Amino acid sequence: MSVSTEAQRGVGRAQAPSAWQSIRNEFLDSEKRTGYLMVIPTLIVVLAIAAGPILYALWLSLFRVLPTSQSFVGLDNYITLFTDPAFYGALFNTVVFTVASVALEFLFGLTIAVVLNRGFVGQGAARAIAIVPWAFPTVVSGLMWRLMYTDQVGIFAYFADRLGLIDGPILANTGAVLVGAIVADVWKTTPFVALLLLAGLQVIPGDVYEAARVDGATKWQQFTRVTLPLLKPAIMVAVLFRTLDAWRVYDLFWSLTDRQLESLSVYTFKFVRISQLNVSLGNAAAVFVFVSSLIIAFIFIKVLGTRAQEA
Amino acid sequence: MGRKPFKTPLHAIGFYLFVLAFAIVTLFPLLWVLRMSLVSEAELFAFPPSLIPESITLKSLTAGKCPLVAGITVPCPANFETVFIDPIFKAGLANTLVIAGITTVICLVIGSVAAYALARITFYGNKPTLSLILAITFFPAVAIIAPLFLLFTQLGLINTYWGIIIPDVLFALPLTVYLLVAYFRELPEDLEEAAKMDGANIWQAFFRVTVPLSIPGIVTTGLLTFIYAWNEFLFANTLGLDEVVQPATVVIPLFATTYTTDYGAQAAASIILTAPLVVLVLFFQRKIVSGLTAGATKG
Repeated sequence: MSVSTEAQRGVGRAQAPSAWQSIRNEFLDSEKRTGYLMVIPTLIVVLAIAAGPILYALWLSLFRVLPTSQSFVGLDNYITLFTDPAFYGALFNTVVFTVASVALEFLFGLTIAVVLNRGFVGQGAARAIAIVPWAFPTVVSGLMWRLMYTDQVGIFAYFADRLGLIDGPILANTGAVLVGAIVADVWKTTPFVALLLLAGLQVIPGDVYEAARVDGATKWQQFTRVTLPLLKPAIMVAVLFRTLDAWRVYDLFWSLTDRQLESLSVYTFKFVRISQLNVSLGNAAAVFVFVSSLIIAFIFIKVLGTRAQEA
Repeated sequence: MGRKPFKTPLHAIGFYLFVLAFAIVTLFPLLWVLRMSLVSEAELFAFPPSLIPESITLKSLTAGKCPLVAGITVPCPANFETVFIDPIFKAGLANTLVIAGITTVICLVIGSVAAYALARITFYGNKPTLSLILAITFFPAVAIIAPLFLLFTQLGLINTYWGIIIPDVLFALPLTVYLLVAYFRELPEDLEEAAKMDGANIWQAFFRVTVPLSIPGIVTTGLLTFIYAWNEFLFANTLGLDEVVQPATVVIPLFATTYTTDYGAQAAASIILTAPLVVLVLFFQRKIVSGLTAGATKG
């Protein structure tokens, strides 16, 4: 019995190289070895500056860290975090900001992409204009919009006042500032989303529309039955990218609201830089931001079938 | 994409109105803030705001004196003088150039080598490495500021250029690698193969054949990496404690706090920090757009 098992194993080994052997082969082949050497510096950066610190944050979040001492407290920091009303304020702002800005950017971006998906005079100029907001430092775009919302000199403050949209200054009203932040983000990112979707539209071959037309499909049917399914990969990449980017929003809230409105990132930052006595709580918040981003990415990739490599 | 004619003149008019509306909405904030930086204080506070600025004249555009280099000044609008004679803002601009410049060079050096391996060499680690690098794009930066702050305090990197450059490199690298992988994959392999036939090893083929052929791609990638590093704020704001190392993105919100009601100066500062990027982007727009959108069209 044991002999035959031995023999079977031997046969198996002869037919397919073991994992160990294939790894050995990888490094015996000089070209493949060079491949590993070439990616090592980049991998070191990724592991040393991203993976290492995130594990350290996870570890630190289980301790109470004071300038002089450090004691293990288990999940206490998380309990403090989840009972802090300010945390829920930041979470609420982040959720509203993410859902609203991504939805609007997608709808406007798709509309612009579909309309512009044809050759026209001035195409280059339109494309150049579309990337101008993308190139802006977010901090500066926050400051610009702040200037436009400012009482007395801001053009949007003037219109909001004339149309009776709001009582009192925009910047003194938390709800209005959140809407203002969403508007600023939609302005900055919609053209970029449109460019991504436009690039996706341009690789859909014309003859699939021809076929749909021959079958008697209306314009709307062509859009919902042909365009959208074929555009799905580009849509998923753009939406995943925008969602995770909006979820970690920091620069915009910082400069637009002068730190009055907190996102999860601003909330986390506060503990690290401003009140260093509470670094532990900051670490728990940091881990929360990281894990929630992971969950969002997981939902997109597993449930909705986005291929992140295309991003 | 071929140019197909519009069905009716009405379609054409509607289409170009849409394009015009898109352009106006996109450029409006930039133009409006430019206007704020140029008009007189009386017009800035005018109610209702004037659509066509009246106080911008040749005289007002040359009212200030901006220092150019040691001792030499050039005429400029008054608000720009306020910004340019501010030593903290000037130092911020210089710091931005240093930080973004060094970040770009490091990213190009280590990123191009990695991108070449990922684009050309088949090995088990290839796909996982690429996925790992691209995953950094989605990584929330704020999650690592606390550990980096503690680590860098021990290493003496707080308040140094390197303290800001190191995390900047991490977040700019995925963009660099991704753009260069796409670029190298497009490049025909024949010349590298010929070099290898002549006895060149992979490193030689890369440095002597691929790099010289890829200068346009490397320039575009470097430009995008530079813009990314120029715009970075979170790490600089966490790890740079004072104006000796703080880049302009950190100085600008503080600037808004210092000159609370000098809205003209804030507008001028915004324009100064944005103008170089707008010029670069307009100049290289075709290359930038095709680089950035490559992922939406290829698997």
